[in-house]
Order: sequence, then structure tokens, then C-alpha cells
Amino acid sequence: MEELGIQILKSLVSGLLMGLVFALVALGLTVIFGVMDIVNFAHGEFLMVGMYTTLLISPLLGVDPVLTLPLAGLVGAVLGVLCYFGLIRFLLRGPMIAQLFGTFGLMIFLRNLALLFMGSEPRIVHQGWLVGKSIVIGPGVVLESTKLAVAVLSLLSFAVVWWLINRTKVGKALTATSLDAEGARYMGISTELMNALAWAVGGASVGVAGGLLVNFWPVDPGVGLLFTMIAFATVALGGFGSVRGALVAGILIGLIVNLPPVWDAILRSIDAVGLRGLDIHSFKYTMVYAIYFLIMVLRPQGLFGWKQ
Amino acid sequence: MLEVKGITVRYSGLPVMRDLSMKVEQNQTVGVVGANGAGKSTLLKAIMGAIKLSAGQILFNGQRIDRLRTEEIVRLGIIYVPEGRRLFGPLSVEENLMLGAYTVSDEASKRRNLEYVFELFPRLAERKRQAVGSMSGGEQQMAAIGRGLMSSPKLLMLDEPSLGLAPLMVSEVFETVRRLQREGDTTVLLVEQNVLEALELSDWAYILQTGQIRKQGPARELLASDEVRQAFLGL
Repeated sequence: MEELGIQILKSLVSGLLMGLVFALVALGLTVIFGVMDIVNFAHGEFLMVGMYTTLLISPLLGVDPVLTLPLAGLVGAVLGVLCYFGLIRFLLRGPMIAQLFGTFGLMIFLRNLALLFMGSEPRIVHQGWLVGKSIVIGPGVVLESTKLAVAVLSLLSFAVVWWLINRTKVGKALTATSLDAEGARYMGISTELMNALAWAVGGASVGVAGGLLVNFWPVDPGVGLLFTMIAFATVALGGFGSVRGALVAGILIGLIVNLPPVWDAILRSIDAVGLRGLDIHSFKYTMVYAIYFLIMVLRPQGLFGWKQ
Repeated sequence: MLEVKGITVRYSGLPVMRDLSMKVEQNQTVGVVGANGAGKSTLLKAIMGAIKLSAGQILFNGQRIDRLRTEEIVRLGIIYVPEGRRLFGPLSVEENLMLGAYTVSDEASKRRNLEYVFELFPRLAERKRQAVGSMSGGEQQMAAIGRGLMSSPKLLMLDEPSLGLAPLMVSEVFETVRRLQREGDTTVLLVEQNVLEALELSDWAYILQTGQIRKQGPARELLASDEVRQAFLGL
């Protein structure tokens, strides 16, 4: 029984920490969706670019990976703006299906570009302030300092984006455009500029997320897919376009992913011999999609409504 | 001040407005009246650059504006208060008003305009923190007009401000336009289905029918003419 208690605590802590990363990845997606109603399949590839940025820039500049985060954000923002002006702007003139295939194509393009330049080898940050350090907060409950820092920085990024959207003039203009782009144009707000801003903010937040993630998650050109899928589920759960929803849903999904180990511990502690072979742990991402499916059926607008 | 010269507008090939010309002089209130579907909103949207012209020109203070983007036209001082108001529903009254001043960078004039709007519509001041979408239709129309005034427009274009409002609110809206005429140096282009009220308010009026000007003249004269009285006022 003691083992079960520890397992629950462990799952809660790591669920919360991982959830904040999921939330930060989903933040960029939900900002872009909120302003433009466009689904970016290449979102996970933006994350990958952020990961490689930190991985490569840190030894190049000889600074700690954590200090390269603003650069990862900057690279993400520039990539977002480039994609907007180079591709998305043209896709908007076409039908919905063009947008789907367009961003899907962007995903494949970025992935193969990474394969060309980086190779398929998974790589991770090997040294830095955060790597390999941990804090023991209880018997058997170890807090990896990477994940703790990631959680804190993720919350900080959320605070910055929230402030930008809700407290600044340009953020209000962004909100206005997401509510009614034509109406906002009559206020003198350029839709083009706001779209580009959404891609910049979205790209920056997912770039930072990548820079954080690479401290404890290996990067390879295909790393994006898992995170894109989780980010889609997060955004759907939180409500399309909702910043608050992305935060809450990200944490929820983090907890859900870390639930199966608790189940396994329960099975072990009640010594259910017949169920021993069933290792629910392996199905943790399946559970995310089971929940995603349920949300789509029961509450299609997500927890925090459709856009508002 | 505003000069529309022979504009033609097509929707998927079909002309909905053909060779239309009109003028708005400074400090005048010009009414454009006509039945539903006569092209009144099309005219205003064409002026705002929201609809492309197939032919013709639009000039504002001598400058061609028909190739400009909507946000550039707004910066020249033409403000459009759209049909159906198009307020940003979940945002507060004050946030909506401040968005109306998006192109204004001078903080002092923003504050002055906000005070003026609150003085013009005390109800907006009382409810400035309320989500604008939760207010009544009349209050929303006040918010929409107030938002239009936030950038001290040179030309204010009101698109069916009385549509869907209770009679008491309708007269309040028109009373506001009268006050703007008296106090401000704003030129107003008023598009209305409510022909009688619009003609009473306007200095000059155009009667629009199927995308063309059917009649124009001093509003008082139109109001008195038998043709208008029979066709639009049912008298």
C-alpha cells in the first residue's frame, strides 16, 4: 500500500510537470487557430526546430542551454512569420482542404529538411545547469530539476502570452481580429499584420517549448508528430483558441498520461494475479485519444468554449 | 469631401451597382435611402475598400482611395459603423471603444474622445466593464456609434443604425446624429431604410434603387415630393 501512495504522488508530480510542457506546446497552436481558424499540422515541426536550435546554439555560443531559450523563441517566431508570408497567406485564398494539405506539406518539408541537415540520430542536451540534477521531495519521489525548470518557465511563458493578449493594445487588436476580422479592419486593424503576429507568437511559444524539452527529451526529425497529436487533443479539450483552456487541458493531459502507472501500482498492490500481464502503462497515449474522442462527442466546443 | 465617380460593383459577374456617382460635402449630413437590396451597404463597403470596384473612382479630399486597403482608408479619417454593429461581443464596452481608437496614438485625445462618448451616452459609462454582447440592441448601437467616434472621424458613415431597434431607441439614435450635427465637425453619411427619419435628418439625400441613383436633391425637397411620398412613405 505504501508503494501505491508513492506511485500516486509521483504520477501527480510528473503529470503536472509534463502537462505544463504539453500546455506550452498547445499554446502556440491555439493562438494561431484562434486568430485564423487554421489548423497547423507542422506545429510539432516548429517544436523540433526549437529543440535543434537549443541543441546546436548552446555549444556554439558556449552558454548553458537554458540561456538559449530566447533564441529558440526568436527562431520559432521568425519561422512562424516566414511560413505565414511564404505559404499560409496564399493557402487562405483556397478552400479549407488546401489549408489542411498545405500545412501537412509544410510538416513533411520541415521534417525532411531536418533529416537532410541533422540526420536521423536522436540527440539530446548532455550537459547544462538542468541536466541530471534532481530534488528529492519525499521517499521515492524525485523531482528532476529539468522538468521543474521547464514547468516554471512554461508558466512564465503563459503569463507573458496572457499579458500580451489581454493587457496590451496590440493584444486587444489580435482578439478583435479573432472575433471578427472584417469588423476589426473597420477599426483600422490590419488582418494581415495580426495573422503574422499570431504566427510569430505561436512560433515563439512552441520554439521556447522545444528549447525546454530538449533538456530531457531527445530530438530527431520525426519528434514532432507525437507532440502535434497531443497538442491537437489539448486544444480540442481546452477549447479552440482559448489560452486558459490550453493551460488547463495541458495539465489534465499530463495527468492522464501519468495515470496508467497508478493503475499498474493498484494492480500490483491488490496482487491481481490474473491481470499481471496487462501493463496499462504501455497504453498511456491511447488514453489521451480515448479522452479526446469522448470530448469530441460530449463537448465539441471544449472545456472553455469555442473561441470565447 | 467624398466623391464617388461612376462606380460599378459586381458580385460574381453580376453588376449590383452600375455607374453610380454621388458626393458628400464637408459638414453636411447626407442620407442614402432605399429599399432592402438597393445597394446601400454595397456603396458603403465599396467606399471602405471592402468590396472591389469593377469601374469608377472614389476620391476623399481629392485623393483616390479606391485602391487603398480598408485599414489605410480608416487612417484617412473615414469611419464605418457597420450594419448589425459588428461589436466584439465578449469584450467590455470600454475595450470596444478603445479599439475604435486603434489608429489614434495620442493618449490625451483618446481620453478626450472617451469622455465625449461617455457624455453622449451616459449608459455606456455606467456599463463600461460589461461585455458588450450582453447589452440590449439599443445600447449596442450606442456602443457602435461611440466606437466610431473614438478616432475623431472626418467622415462618419452609419449603416442602418436604426435597424432592429425599439422605437424609443430609434429616436435616441437619430437624436444623437442631430447632436453630432450641432456640436461636432463631423460629416455624416447616413444609410437608412427608415426613409422619413433619414430625410428629416439629412441636408442632401440620394434615393437608391437596384444599384442606381433614382433621385437626388435637398432632403427637404425630396420629402415634399409626391413621388417619394408615394413610393416610400405610403402617403
